Amino acid sequence: MRLIAVLLVWCLPLLAAAQSAQPTPEDPATNQRAVHLAEQLRCLVCQNQSLADSHADLAVDLRRQIREQIAAGKSDVAIIDYMVERYGDFVRYRPPVKASTLLLWFGPPVLMVFGLFLLLRYLGQRRIRIENEPLTEAERNEARTLLGEPAPGPRT
Amino acid sequence: MNRHMIILAAFAVLIAFLGIGLRLNPREVPSPLVGKPAPAFELAQLAKPQQPFTEKDMLGKVWLLNVWASWCVSCREEHPVLLDLARTGAVPIVGLNYKDKRDDGLAWLKQFGDPYNLSIADNDGRVGINYGVYGVPETFLIDKFGVICDKVIGPVTRARLSDKILPLVKKLEQKEHQSCA
Amino acid sequence: MIPEIGVFSLVVALLIALVQGSLPLAGAHLGITSWIRVARPAALGLFAFAMLAFGCLAWSFLDNDFSVLYVASNSHAELPAAYRFAAVWGGHEGSMLLWLCLLSAWTVAVALFSRQLPEAYVARVLAVMGWLSVGFLLFLLFLSNPFTRLMPPALQGRDLNPLLQDPGMVVHPPVLYMGYVGFSVAFAFAIAALLSGELNAAWARWSRPWTVAAWMFLTLGILMGSAWAYYVLGWGGWWFWYPVENASFMPWLVGTALIHSLAVTEQRGAFRSWTVLLAICTFSLSLLGTFLVRSGVLTSVHAFATDPRRGIFILAFLAIVIGGSLVLFAWRAPRVGLGGTFGVVSRESMLLTNNVLLIVAAGSVLLGTLYPLFLDALDLGKISVGPPYFDSVFVPLMTPALFLMGIGPLARWKVADLTELMRRLKWAFGVSLLTALILPLIVGSWKPLVSFGLALALWILTSTGVNLWQRLAGQASPLRRRLANQPRGYYGMLIAHCGIAVFIIGVTLVKGYETERDVRMAIGDSVTVGGYEFRFNGAENVTGPNYRAARGNVAVSRNRSVVRTLHPEKRVYNAQQMAMTEAAISTGLFGDLYVSLGEPVADGAWSVRIYHKPFVVWIWGGCLIMALGGFVALTDRRYRRAAERSADKVVMAGKAAV
Repeated sequence: MRLIAVLLVWCLPLLAAAQSAQPTPEDPATNQRAVHLAEQLRCLVCQNQSLADSHADLAVDLRRQIREQIAAGKSDVAIIDYMVERYGDFVRYRPPVKASTLLLWFGPPVLMVFGLFLLLRYLGQRRIRIENEPLTEAERNEARTLLGEPAPGPRT
Repeated sequence: MNRHMIILAAFAVLIAFLGIGLRLNPREVPSPLVGKPAPAFELAQLAKPQQPFTEKDMLGKVWLLNVWASWCVSCREEHPVLLDLARTGAVPIVGLNYKDKRDDGLAWLKQFGDPYNLSIADNDGRVGINYGVYGVPETFLIDKFGVICDKVIGPVTRARLSDKILPLVKKLEQKEHQSCA
Repeated sequence: MIPEIGVFSLVVALLIALVQGSLPLAGAHLGITSWIRVARPAALGLFAFAMLAFGCLAWSFLDNDFSVLYVASNSHAELPAAYRFAAVWGGHEGSMLLWLCLLSAWTVAVALFSRQLPEAYVARVLAVMGWLSVGFLLFLLFLSNPFTRLMPPALQGRDLNPLLQDPGMVVHPPVLYMGYVGFSVAFAFAIAALLSGELNAAWARWSRPWTVAAWMFLTLGILMGSAWAYYVLGWGGWWFWYPVENASFMPWLVGTALIHSLAVTEQRGAFRSWTVLLAICTFSLSLLGTFLVRSGVLTSVHAFATDPRRGIFILAFLAIVIGGSLVLFAWRAPRVGLGGTFGVVSRESMLLTNNVLLIVAAGSVLLGTLYPLFLDALDLGKISVGPPYFDSVFVPLMTPALFLMGIGPLARWKVADLTELMRRLKWAFGVSLLTALILPLIVGSWKPLVSFGLALALWILTSTGVNLWQRLAGQASPLRRRLANQPRGYYGMLIAHCGIAVFIIGVTLVKGYETERDVRMAIGDSVTVGGYEFRFNGAENVTGPNYRAARGNVAVSRNRSVVRTLHPEKRVYNAQQMAMTEAAISTGLFGDLYVSLGEPVADGAWSVRIYHKPFVVWIWGGCLIMALGGFVALTDRRYRRAAERSADKVVMAGKAAV
């Protein structure tokens, strides 16, 4: 009887465990945060993958680091700074905003504004150019020939 | 005509950059730690596990910290170079046995030779992370004030040793040398 | 023997290409008809010998000839036959040969389907394409010879990269290259026009179908690349802003601008120089993409082995082709007239705005892709520019263009009335906005970006509807007749624009509502994702033709009844001993269930990644619809009408006489 009881006590946890999968050792929100951070960082070994996707040893280690830092209460910014301190800006998929990346970040919007400005100026100028350049006499004659119109009489 | 010149000029600049790009290695990640104090650590020595070793133990000397592992194939490439360097005694080398098992590491040194003054065991790679290690082998040149002055990514070649590292060691050993920071 | 025939064919092809490039060009310039007439037969000859070389390489693969270095590096005796054939373009040398073959195919197509164009003009076009072939043939013969022998022959090949052993791999490169290379036709048309000085509306009409065809292929090629990444790479992603992806996306963006610009040039005779410049830029970006991917200048997932001399050659080729075209453009373009007038608010100006926005978008992608290189070259440090950058920059840039997509087609040529447009579209605007705000609430969670994306997509759909309605309204004939009377080009536009809307819906909903769980599952464990329950029933060992695998068994149920059983695999290929994840995907119209095995943990348990990706299929469906729109536009009878062809000839004759 006691043996059965002991066995039951052992089995119950196993039965319970078979109900739902072992989640990763934190709650979903922390997990989400860890994944989100890992996705923003570049794996240095498999440089075409983020830390979240890479199976490289270093990626596994760094993912563990991220989790430990989250557990220690560090902010997202602090964790990324931690990585950048050790591996440089290369590890961030989102390039930092500093003097050397001003062109990168502000280039596109400036380009768009400038492009649209040029466009508007061109549209305005185009109309003026067309309105202000009447045909020369020779061009006028050519136009008449093509249109099949009779030439005018001598000009008075 | 001016507009077209601008486009052509921009294109020429692009080609120039791409040409320069051909000579660069996009995979190599330079270390942000050069010019900064070597991160602190305290690790057990490989040969004498009861004795810890810290970076402070090397203050006052110019030294090399070489990251190696028994599973690392490229390490065997640079190993003869390190052995020769150790024989000359020009600069002490401390080995950082990275993500390895103690027995494997000791066996490897026995088989291929031990150029290191001593090796320390970084089994879980945490010290490696602090040093920004991302591939093995890597080598750090640290001056007498404990500041990292250079990092070699990949195997140390004889050329790199004679052209860059040894001259730098000489410079760092001079009394007047303040710091790489 | 066969590989030597292959090399020989390439040499002959080179000689033919040299002839094709010089005689017709000189003939067109000097008016020597017999030289002009060399172009077409030369194009046919080039095609024949290029295909012969390709056939030789394919034979070597199918025959497992491991005395050829390229075959030994990319194939294996156990590799299934279909993949042995696809392995022809699995590496650098073979893919360059594929490039050449497709270039010769497009050349032959131009030679055969351009009877209605003036001979001298076609001669110039074929000559330009001949010179491009010369460049590629030189590259092939001297720096990328696929037929180099390996002595002594390997006993066994190194196998095709397991990532490439997939049906997508069989189709993706050929279709993509058809797009890349296809833009060389628009390029050649533009260069020929500049050389001859004939830059008229007719040129735009001739060039347009070729450009739309190339665009269609490029759209399909990019679609396939994205779908392949999703299905094969096992991370559930479908676009990563990698350099290779950007290399294909930039010509697509500029190619889209080109199509729109050609429409204006064809209809109204305006923007001629600009359209020529766009044609040059589109193909230049194709070439630049080739350089970026194969030179080792950027880290790339498509890791072609990089010999520095190859990079130098392609760079030099780039400089000559693009630089030369830009010089030619600077020299000849200003001679061209202005074309018709149009107001500041008109369909023309809106199409120009579309162009500006697309160019800026392409420029931003180029900037982001090359910036790490710029900084490294200037010794300013090493950075990475990844998805966070591109996502934040690209979406705001494209938004105005997408908004304009609703208005432009409705605007009149020459002069459009802004108030009238607003009146016609106010219901479309209101409905889109309202639905976009409400829909996410119904689904479950309201997110501002989701509403934004949906609003854009619905705006495009509703305004397209308004356009069609307006076009069909006010006529006496029955609806069917009215529908049949609209030109195919018009329907092509409607379909393509709707395709973009579908694409946006897919992207918005996936990014807004996808869920992921990364869990450790023992046998019997289950987890709930996206409303479905996933139960892991262990993994068994299986053997494939050239791999061994652990095949998982995951039962998917909804409301307690099993809906599907998925079998994700973790394969180890025999030859390269490379582990590969083969995700199991259950594709549905409204969402995908995606399961991939991670690493085995103790006692038969595995780490498993499960995704629910709502509406992800709409991403590729939208691209497919876009390509369909292109195809429909291609079948417009304008390009097949005989009467017009002779009219062109009369106009040309008339011009010559005056």
